[in-house]
Amino acid sequence: MVPETLTDTAAGEAAAVHGDDHHQPRGILRWLLTTNHKEIGTLYMLLSLLMFFVGGTMALIVRAELFQPGMTFVVPEFFNQMTTMHGLIMVFGAIMPAFVGLANWLIPVQIGAPDMALPRLNNFSFWLLPVAFTILLSTLFMEGGGPNFGWTFYAPLSTTYAPPSTSFFILGMHLAGISSILGAINIIATILNLRTPKMRLMDMPLFVWTWLITAFLLIAVMPVLAGVITMMLLDINFGTSFFNAAGGGDPVLFQHLFWFFGHPEVYIMILPAFGIISAIVPTFARKRLFGYASMVYATASIALLSFVVWAHHMFTVGLPLTAQLFFMYSTMLIAVPTGVKVFNWIATLFRGSITFDLPMLFALAFIVQFTIGGLSGVMLAIAPADFQYHDTYFVVAHFHYVLVPGAVFAILAAAYYWLPKWTGVYPNVKLGQAHFWLSVIGVNLTFFPMHFSGLAGMPRRIPDYALQFADFNMLSSIGGFLFGISQLLFVAVVILCIRRKGEKAPPQAWEGAEGLEWQLPSPAPLHTFDTPPEFIPERDSPSRH
Amino acid sequence: MHSLLLGSRWLLVLLGFLTTQAQAAAINTSSGWNMPTGVTGISQDIYSLHMIIFWICVAIALVVFGVMFWSLFVYRKSKGAKSAHFHENTTVEVIWTAIPLLILVAMAVPATGTLKQIYDSTEADMDILVTGYQWRWHYEYMEEDISFFSNLGTPQSQVLGEEDKGDFYLLEVDKPLVVPVGKKIRFLFTSNDVIHAWWVPDLAIKKDTVPGFINESWVVIDEPGTYRGQCAELCGQNHAFMPIEVKAVSQETYATWLEEQREMAAAEAQGSQREWALDELIERGEGVYTTYCAACHQEDGSGMPPAFPALRGNPLVTGEEGYSKHIETVLYGRSGTSMPAYSDTLSVADIAAVITYERNAWGNDSGDRVQPTEISELLSDD
Repeated sequence: MVPETLTDTAAGEAAAVHGDDHHQPRGILRWLLTTNHKEIGTLYMLLSLLMFFVGGTMALIVRAELFQPGMTFVVPEFFNQMTTMHGLIMVFGAIMPAFVGLANWLIPVQIGAPDMALPRLNNFSFWLLPVAFTILLSTLFMEGGGPNFGWTFYAPLSTTYAPPSTSFFILGMHLAGISSILGAINIIATILNLRTPKMRLMDMPLFVWTWLITAFLLIAVMPVLAGVITMMLLDINFGTSFFNAAGGGDPVLFQHLFWFFGHPEVYIMILPAFGIISAIVPTFARKRLFGYASMVYATASIALLSFVVWAHHMFTVGLPLTAQLFFMYSTMLIAVPTGVKVFNWIATLFRGSITFDLPMLFALAFIVQFTIGGLSGVMLAIAPADFQYHDTYFVVAHFHYVLVPGAVFAILAAAYYWLPKWTGVYPNVKLGQAHFWLSVIGVNLTFFPMHFSGLAGMPRRIPDYALQFADFNMLSSIGGFLFGISQLLFVAVVILCIRRKGEKAPPQAWEGAEGLEWQLPSPAPLHTFDTPPEFIPERDSPSRH
Repeated sequence: MHSLLLGSRWLLVLLGFLTTQAQAAAINTSSGWNMPTGVTGISQDIYSLHMIIFWICVAIALVVFGVMFWSLFVYRKSKGAKSAHFHENTTVEVIWTAIPLLILVAMAVPATGTLKQIYDSTEADMDILVTGYQWRWHYEYMEEDISFFSNLGTPQSQVLGEEDKGDFYLLEVDKPLVVPVGKKIRFLFTSNDVIHAWWVPDLAIKKDTVPGFINESWVVIDEPGTYRGQCAELCGQNHAFMPIEVKAVSQETYATWLEEQREMAAAEAQGSQREWALDELIERGEGVYTTYCAACHQEDGSGMPPAFPALRGNPLVTGEEGYSKHIETVLYGRSGTSMPAYSDTLSVADIAAVITYERNAWGNDSGDRVQPTEISELLSDD
């Protein structure tokens, strides 16, 4: 269905202009061998959508079991496999690839580059992912079952006490990690080398800026993840004792290494979302983004701080008092640059000329819901209070607010915003609005009650619970199914766009949109900016005076 | 009429909701949707800290969302709003960086004080070593030479819905931790296998139990009562089924309880010396089996192959030649599988009883009788 758009019109036009792509392979080989950033971007996003439904189905199995107290639907062992796989698939298979897909599609057209700097590497980074997730998912069918130790896979539960399939899990994670590192290298190389003449770093759209910073985070922490899973592999198969106390190892070392990767990883999943929101809000407020420079500095500060806060995930592990204080203070500091971002968006809305088109609806919901997640984050940073919050549903509520009503809503906003550029038609407004309202109701009904069940004392990752948590869990389960099923509307919207059913979009698809991508025809031809576009900072830069 | 009916149904649902919340309040000092105030000085400090920060966050949210929704309402294009052209303002930006910073400092000050108090576990009156096991807790009174396991008290039939769930479903144990009120108790935490976390909300203690390491915490309980909690760190399939029950009693009651425990230990030691009848062993063994074995091998011995083999009709459990291998498996576990070693966990009488039970239950009918003395001999040979 996707090729239709690109071959029929886009590639056709490109061929007419350049006459150089008639030797392209057709059918499946075209997608296997493609080095085109738009096609690879599309592949990333389609994989992400598929994984979103796979991981979502797992979440619904979890919610079905938790609908009522008692073991009613699955056995505890399988429940643990579902919570674990849900987390891994959503983090590494749905959210990260969605952002990489957006980066592939948008960075070249936003900086006036003909393609990514390293197109073949780009192809390789993508195709590693389906292999990685096939391996990861196949563990569910192996003897002893798949990973059952949570997406944070704390040793020694994930080493000495893990199912035999754990080595396959490690292989899958290695492949996904390599894919991320290569993708990040490519993004940095593209941004630093292929900007159109006269476009300085401080002239780049914020989505490009946030991805540049995210890419450096990826390069910094993915090797740490690779290191820690390799140590696990050695503990499991080669008799080492990195994390085995009986052999002189340290289980807490695992957590330090994991969260040194894991905390920046959290920002990897939210910084590009900041970039998306910073593109959409000014468009539909018809007013330039407030505080462009402070947005860039705030993003960089968040990224730097993310390296010195990791042990706030470990407040109950038995850290010394001084470490506890350090990590409490550093974590609280993150609220400052994050607050600056939210204030900037609101200042952009202030005295604007606002319309509520589909991308704007999702962007506004993002701002509110992400802020809720941010505020519960401040509460969690307070170490003494965290003794009560830690490992409860309060934490589950917090990080889901940042990731689902946060990051996922930003990705959906991006899809609604750039679909006209990708496919040439506007998303169906009625379907999109239904999708939006059902999603907002569903997602809040799912995750808001979790704050209460957590505060009242419900630990996370349990398949069965005491009776006082029953009402909140029932609400969460109803919300979860509502949110999950509503996402089928999004699929319908995307299919309609791909089939070009709907209102045709002009090059400048949104009245107030700024950026080089809106100079391109809609849909954007397969090859764009073969010659660099004209860019006059005084006229085109988002930081112009 | 129809809508009236519907209305009254919703009212019933609401009433039901409120009553369950009221019941919930009876289980701990939580209102059912907020953090419990708890029964120690620290727990009350943490609760106030939580509420202060919560209200600060609510205030921030109200201001931020207020300005946001006001802007969305007033500056609609459909109402003819024309956009302004400003896009930066250094003064405003400095202000909204500085104010949050000040608010954070205001939060950090009381938090630091409470944290320092939590970390001061010196000058304790008594020490209790808490050891996490998959999936039960072990308590050792360091000064008293008393130690025991504390297992889930809720029967499997309630979990599977064959029986109505009790008030303390999944929050009750067979043998609670008994402590005196008004004494400073230092807890030491470690684990026998994976990482667990010992959490009792009313005491505001949540501490990971890490194999090979010892963590510390402390508590002075002001009010007598039963305080319930759960394991808070994912520790395998029965993570949800290893609750904590702490009974805080007056110092006199505590002294009596200690005396009872010593007498029971003496009786147990005597029991392991004598000859046991088959019925006696089977009766005791059934209880041990339900607590320690049934989670994996199932109540009816059918297991959950391949991870957890069936014991019913298993040649190791029924046949002559399996006899010593069976005992060895229970004592030392099976490396490379989830079968743990029970030689340190269970008393010799329990081990003898559970093996006897397994060899005679569910039609295994071997008639074998394993005596506690036999197990003692095997263990002393090592």
